Amino acid sequence: MTEETSEQMKSIVFELNDEEYALPVKSVGSIERIMHITRIPGTPTFVKGVLNLRGVVTPIIDLRARFGFEDIGYTESTRIIIISLNKLEVGIIVDAAYDVIDIPQNAIEPPPEVIGTVQVDYIDGVAKIEERLLILLNMEKVLDKEAIKELYQMEG
Amino acid sequence: MNEYLDVFIEESKEHIQALNDHLLKLENDPTNLDMVNEIFRSAHTLKGMSATMGFQDLADLTHKMENVLDAVRNGNIMMNSAILDVVFDSVDQLEAMVLDIVDGGEGKKDVSKVVKQLEAIEQGEALPEVAATTEAEAVQSQSNQFSPNELDQFEVAVLEQSQEKGYSNYQINVRLQESCLLKAARVYMVFQILEQVGEVIKSEPTVSELEDENFEYDFTVILVTNEPAEDVKQKILKVSEIAEVNVSLFEFDNNTHHQEEISETGNEVELASSDTRADNKEEKVSSKSQVTSKTIRVNIERLDALMNLFEELVIDRGRLEQISATMKDPELQETVERMTRISGDLQNIILNMRMVPIDQVFNRFPRMVRQLAKDLNKQINFEVTGAETELDRTVIDEIGDPLVHLIRNAIDHGIETATERKEKGKPEEGTLKLNAYHSGNHVIIEISDDGAGINKDKVVNKAITNGVITREQADSLSDTQIHQLILASGFSTADEISDISGRGVGLDVVKNTIESLGGNISIDSELGKGSLFSIQLPLTLSIISVLLVEVHKEKYAIPLSSIIETAVINKTDIMHAHNKKVIDFRGKVVPLISLEQVFEVPGENEDDQFYSIVIIRQGDKMAGLIVDTFIGQQEIVLKSLGNYLTDVFAISGATILGDGQVALIVDTNALIK
Repeated sequence: MTEETSEQMKSIVFELNDEEYALPVKSVGSIERIMHITRIPGTPTFVKGVLNLRGVVTPIIDLRARFGFEDIGYTESTRIIIISLNKLEVGIIVDAAYDVIDIPQNAIEPPPEVIGTVQVDYIDGVAKIEERLLILLNMEKVLDKEAIKELYQMEG
Repeated sequence: MNEYLDVFIEESKEHIQALNDHLLKLENDPTNLDMVNEIFRSAHTLKGMSATMGFQDLADLTHKMENVLDAVRNGNIMMNSAILDVVFDSVDQLEAMVLDIVDGGEGKKDVSKVVKQLEAIEQGEALPEVAATTEAEAVQSQSNQFSPNELDQFEVAVLEQSQEKGYSNYQINVRLQESCLLKAARVYMVFQILEQVGEVIKSEPTVSELEDENFEYDFTVILVTNEPAEDVKQKILKVSEIAEVNVSLFEFDNNTHHQEEISETGNEVELASSDTRADNKEEKVSSKSQVTSKTIRVNIERLDALMNLFEELVIDRGRLEQISATMKDPELQETVERMTRISGDLQNIILNMRMVPIDQVFNRFPRMVRQLAKDLNKQINFEVTGAETELDRTVIDEIGDPLVHLIRNAIDHGIETATERKEKGKPEEGTLKLNAYHSGNHVIIEISDDGAGINKDKVVNKAITNGVITREQADSLSDTQIHQLILASGFSTADEISDISGRGVGLDVVKNTIESLGGNISIDSELGKGSLFSIQLPLTLSIISVLLVEVHKEKYAIPLSSIIETAVINKTDIMHAHNKKVIDFRGKVVPLISLEQVFEVPGENEDDQFYSIVIIRQGDKMAGLIVDTFIGQQEIVLKSLGNYLTDVFAISGATILGDGQVALIVDTNALIK
């Protein structure tokens, strides 16, 4: 804990669309294998549904769909990362989750503006560690209800 | 410190509730020293606790209260309604301070006024007034002398003001001739004269007692007038059958003006009048008092966690049952069977743990009704029955506010003032009843009054002006539908807006709250006779009976409470009206809703000759839900979809099935509209 507050940020690394993302460990509740998800009608397509997480009904979001990546189906390595955020428990589906890493604060850079044509607000920064490039996600923005509402309206 | 604070708050609330309960009992039976002892104990504990926690104002006030109670206990002061009022007021202040602490405040409050009043009461017996009182008592035995202590604050204020303005306060004793036949008529004539010359502040016996001829031959009044005493006397003597009139200047001690101070004489009258009232209530009080049993406090979150774990167990039990069925090992089967039975018992106990008597909500109402009745100057007899009825904790937490609203409504709009009631030939004291009882899987709470009832024409007119309904619609409404109108939003029939209720918001909130709890509210009323509000609530929010159905590969749960029946119909029975599918169901045209379409269920569309239909109901509207197959009836544990997914159309929640999967619960109310 002391390491994390001073210089290092302990993070979970997951893979999505061949890129690596990082989430602070403290916001991750658990990592689960894919299990039966019950679809909820009338919700945006990236809301996959809900699953039974040890007796708690937990909503699941497909991060690929949320970021507009192509749907490749589930594989052996597909994982659900359960995130607890401001009393909100949400699971996100990622291609793989396999690493815990310490990210030094000074390795974090602001998101490069050239990364895409559309500026996205859910990226806090980018960390370069050795030869790896980790994208730091702001889960609050990813799960932000207002943004989701807009997306939903766009889908019609 | 914080963990102690929680305990402190919980216990303070309990003690304040106990204070209120016992004070109410004491009010009905002012001589009951046991009650005084109970109150004293509660106050004493509260004082100790608040002093320890450093809430000085709280401790000070309780200390003063304790002093008064101690004096009462030791017989130095007699309890009367004036003292009770002050003590009630103190308890209110205490409650306000505790609430402040709950909200993170320091529990500080300016209580000097109450403290002064309490001090005045307390010192009452130490001051020379005692002597005066005994003197007054002596006089009392000869003539009907008023003691200033009998007067309430308002009366004292009037007398003081009149003195300042140069009027005279006379005490007039009138004695009728013993041969007098129509005593009430003579009294009436005397009062007529008195009203001409001035104002009658108080009479002994009271006016109503005089009217009922409930006195011997003497009565005494206090009159404020600017006419000389002799003139008044002569005028009264003009009434026939008057034996004797005594007019004397009425004096009271201005400097002390502690109306709370009690004389023995004043008190006796108080007791006598309240005793008669207390008698009929006594039975109920005694039957209610022995509810408390040994308990420990458990955080509701722990119970929820226990429940969750138990559900996991149930799911695994289901799997075990399957395994034992395939393995056919007798020993394993026996063990699993035993486990099933034990877990069934366990489930009952866990559910029962969450049940609490509705008394937790009801117990604050007597106090509230008393205060409201005082504020609105109405006489109300409040009867509570069925307070031991048990309901799930979650329902209990939600039902308080709607009930408060309905009770306020009944007192404000329902029950008339004493004079109005008398004109209508009703007893002056209105009756408000609160009743709770079990009925099947539901709990019914009824609030009934014998007040004015609902004026249907007024309701309809108001609804039309407020745009709730159109004039055409109004003609076809049934009585029940008209009564339901007052629950519509933006509606209030009170001509004047009062502090108590009548802003037109609220009743619709009441309705919404109750419906969100899975209950409903119905109104029965007769103009001039009174109204009955009946609330039906599910026993528990966490477990409900559902019918599980399958639509393609998805399972949905439909609450049994909204299902009328299920049916399998032939495709040829489906008719079309306005491009909508309808069927003829027992003589009624019922629209069909395809769950597959509403929920956009993915899957191949099979063309069946027969449809499985669930007939659901919302109020008096019906609809038929088309499903693929019925799986069966089941008790399920209701779960919310969480904070993330709110406002999902036609889904009220979720549940976990025996195989560990989540099934969604259909909100049938949303489908019929």
